[in-house]
Parts: sequence; structure tokens; C-alpha cells
Amino acid sequence: MAAATVTRPRRKAAWAVADVIVLAWIAVPLLWLLSLSFKVPATITDGSLWPHRWTWGNYSGIFRTNDFVLALRNSVVVAVITTAVAVVFGAMAAYAVARLRFPGKRALVGTALLVAMFPQISLITPLFNIERSLGLFDTWWGLIIPNVAFGLPLAIYTLSAFFREIPWDLERAAAVDGATPMQAFTRVIAPLAAPGLVTTAILVFIVAWNDFLFAISLTSTTRARTVPAAIAFFTGASQFENPIGSIAAAAVIITIPIVVFVLFFQRRIVAGLTSGAVKG
Amino acid sequence: MSQVVVRERPVAVAPRRAHRASEGARAERRLALLLCLPAVLVMVGVTAYPLGYAVYLSLQRYDLRFPQLAKFVGLSNYGAVLSSPYWWRAFWVTAVITVISVAIELVLGMVFATIMHRALVGRGLMRTSILIPYGIVTVVAAYSWQYAWTPSTGYLQQLLPKSSAPLTHTVPAIAIIILAEVWKTTPFMALLLLGGMSLVPDELLNAARVDGATTWQRFTRITLPLMKPAILVALLFRTLDAWRIFDNIYILTAGAHNTGSVSILGYDNLFTALNLGIGSAISVLIFITVAIIAVLFILGFGAAAPGSERS
Repeated sequence: MAAATVTRPRRKAAWAVADVIVLAWIAVPLLWLLSLSFKVPATITDGSLWPHRWTWGNYSGIFRTNDFVLALRNSVVVAVITTAVAVVFGAMAAYAVARLRFPGKRALVGTALLVAMFPQISLITPLFNIERSLGLFDTWWGLIIPNVAFGLPLAIYTLSAFFREIPWDLERAAAVDGATPMQAFTRVIAPLAAPGLVTTAILVFIVAWNDFLFAISLTSTTRARTVPAAIAFFTGASQFENPIGSIAAAAVIITIPIVVFVLFFQRRIVAGLTSGAVKG
Repeated sequence: MSQVVVRERPVAVAPRRAHRASEGARAERRLALLLCLPAVLVMVGVTAYPLGYAVYLSLQRYDLRFPQLAKFVGLSNYGAVLSSPYWWRAFWVTAVITVISVAIELVLGMVFATIMHRALVGRGLMRTSILIPYGIVTVVAAYSWQYAWTPSTGYLQQLLPKSSAPLTHTVPAIAIIILAEVWKTTPFMALLLLGGMSLVPDELLNAARVDGATTWQRFTRITLPLMKPAILVALLFRTLDAWRIFDNIYILTAGAHNTGSVSILGYDNLFTALNLGIGSAISVLIFITVAIIAVLFILGFGAAAPGSERS
């Protein structure tokens, strides 16, 4: 007992030190970007971690340009529709994987695994050509469809892990009461699965929101170009102006929804990613 | 008469029962296939069909500037790529980045997972914080690192000798690319490892402690062996992910100063050289390298392969 009371504060201190180091490693690159976004043009190249003169100018500046405003619209539309479609299709497939017996289940799980490992760059050349001939190039759907394909494996894995945890006796009870398998799905299981669906939606949204390769390859104008691609093409208002402040401000803005999700749904995101990976 | 009835009964009942059972099974099968159909269509339509098309394009001479000159040239595009120093340089750059960043991430990810699992102080705060880089857009993080190392702008560059520009020299630039990759993806590694770590029973660790095992012994003799499946899955996913590295390099160096990965090379051949034939050959070769890595890992897994049925 005595030994425990002596070592415990010391162990706590060791953990606290580890915490602080990890926190700094995570926070400093983000705070640096935040700091850049508040610097006035004259001090943006002073190399200081802290802005000496603060301004909202970089933020108001990018919101005055179509380049950013339209890109933000495109990002939101593409990520939201991608998430909705991937979660619906993913939930259907995951239900079949978790609950039904059918030939080809292993093939489906295997396909999802293959797609998860697929090198997106291998698709860029053919998709570029195919989308041009189908008129999908530089449109929202031209980005949504490939993003759905790469969001689906995550959705299927996470959701089938969640679906396995649901008390399925309720489904049998519904069947006894005369519900068809379809009704059992929509009336009984779907509401129980809601937490899993929310988690999956967040994970898929993060993947779609992060997409860069499709966004720079399959768009050419502000019509469909999303923020990560748009900021890579940012230039200053004149050729003498440095775009660092604008890029930093745009970067901070698209980071906000992610930080909000992580703050509010940390427990769920951790549960979703760990269960999907371990129980796959 | 009676003989006939006796003989008929089982014959008449059995098929009806079998019929009803197969009816149910068939309905279940039909529902399952219907439920899977949209997901399969999208996944196969976006990957398999274009990949097949890429194979077809890779056998053509096809320059976007001269589409009317397109013609079948067999495997000569592959010959051109595989005998090109650009491909092999990109290949080795990608290999170096993949091996070093995944190795660092495994160690760092284990530390993060331990903190998320066991920290006596601020465990909730740490779980939330460690998750943040996972969600951050790669391009955003890459800009942060780029500006940090840009001469006169960056806080990190100022720690270096005056007027040094690390992003314009191959070795320091690759080191910064690895740094950016590690920062962004270690949380994902940590989460996959955390999944395995939380399956290690506490009683086992406590029993070992009572028997006098040190912290290090408990980690290497109990935790690590029990985490093996999770470690292999994490290594597989991260290796393949790192092999595809694109966003970080595009923003940090755009592949200049010999820092381009195979993905950067493929992208440049399409959008800078406008050469669909060569670009497609590179695409197919990248797919083949990914397939080889995946097969090697899955052979290493044995029964622990992800996707194998465990109910």
C-alpha cells in the first residue's frame, strides 16, 4: 500500500509529461496554420509562431472570391451526397453481410477489401477519359461516384461490425408479429442501428472531405472543384501578392467541421474504426 | 392399397417441406443480392471497369494532343516505362517513404494507442486530440508543413542554418514528406492498434505482474503476441496507403528535386505529358505493385486475414 501511494504520483507525472509532448506534436502544426491565417501581409514572412499584428483580412478576402466560395459549396455538396449515398448502399450491403445467408458473401467482403486497397491513381487516366465521354467530367456527380466507391468499403466494414452487435431477437419478434424481412429491416433494425449509421456517416464524410486526387484530376473549373483542389490553385490577388494568408485561412475553414465532429463524436469514431478493423 | 399409402406419405411430405425451406432460403438469397447490388455496382463500376480500360489504353500509343494517331502498340509502353530511369527513381522514392514512415508510425502508433488505452491522466482529452490529425485534410496539413520549412516564412526553417531551404534538396525534402505523412496517419495506425490492444485481457497482465514480470516483459511477452493480428492489419493498410502517397508530395514539392512517388509520376504523365498510353501503363504497373504487396501480406496473415469469416 505504502509503495503504491509513493509511486502513484510519480507515474501520474510521467503520464502527464507524455500527454503534453503528444499534445504539442498534434497542436503545433495546426496552431501555426491558424497563426498564419491571422497575420497581416507585411508580417506573414516574419517566421514568428505568433502573429504580431492580427487581422481578419485573409478570411474576408477569400470570401470575396468565387474561387473559394464556389469551392466551399462544391466541397459541401460532394461530401454530403457522397456520405448519404455511401451510407445507404453500405447499410444495405452490411445488413446482408451481418444477417443473411447467401452465396457470394465472401466475394462481397473480398471486393470491399480490394477496393479499400485499390490505388486511386490507377483510375485517374481511365476515369478522366470515361468521364469526358459521359459528360461527367467537371461535375458534382463526376466526383461523387468515385468518392462513393472508395467510401463504401469503410461503410460496409464499420456497419456490419455495428449490425452484429444489435439484439437480433427483436427481429425475430417482429417476424413472429408478421413483419416481412424488409419491414424488420426498416422498422426494427434501422432505428437500433442509428448510432452506427451516424458514426459511419462521419467516417465517410471525413474520407470524402479529404479527397484531393479526384478533385484535381476530374475537375477543371469552379463548377465542381472542391476546396482542397482549389487552394492548390490559389494565387494572390495580383502576381506580387503572396497567397499564403489566403491558403491558411481557407485551410482553417475546412478544418473547422472536422474538429467539431471529432470533439462531439470522439467516442463513436474510435469505436467505429476499432470495431471495423478488428472484427472486419 | 395400404401399402401404397404408407409408401406415399413420406414421399409426399418431404418434398413439400424441402420446397418451403428452399423458398425461404431463396427469398433470403434474393433479398441479400438485391441489398448488395448497388454497392457492388458502384465499387466494380468505378474500379474494375476503368482498370480494364486502363489495360486497353496501356496497349495503345495514345497522346491526347494527337488522338488521331492512336494505334495498338502491344507492350511497348510497358517496355518504355520499365526501362525509364524516371519510373525506377519514383519506385525507390516511394519504397523509401513507405518503409520509413510505416516503421515510425508503428512505434509511434503503439505509443499513442497505449496513451489512449491506459493514460492515468487526461485519457479522454488524449483520445480526442490524437484523433484530430486523422480527420484533418491532408492538403491542409501539408501546407502547414510546407510553410513551416519555407525560408523566412517558417518557424521550423529558422531553427536551421540561415538561408537553407530544406524542401529544395532531395534528402531533407523526403524527410519532410515522411514527417508530414507520419503526422497525418499515425492516428489511424494508433486506432487500428488500439482495437487489438483493448482485446488483451487485463487479468492476464495482472497475473504476469503478480508473477514479477516487468512492464517491458508484459508488453513483449503478452501484449505484442496477442496483438499480432491487429498489427498485421494495421501494417497492411498503412503500407498500401503509404505506397499510394500523392497529396503530401504534390503540395510539399510537386515531385521536384527527385521526390516524386509513383503516383506523382502517373499524374504528371497524364496532365503534363498528356500521354494516355504511357500514363495507363504506369497506372497498371502501380496496381500490380499494390497487388503484390497485398498478396505478400495476406500470405503472411494466414488465418488472421481480414475478411475471413469469424462468427
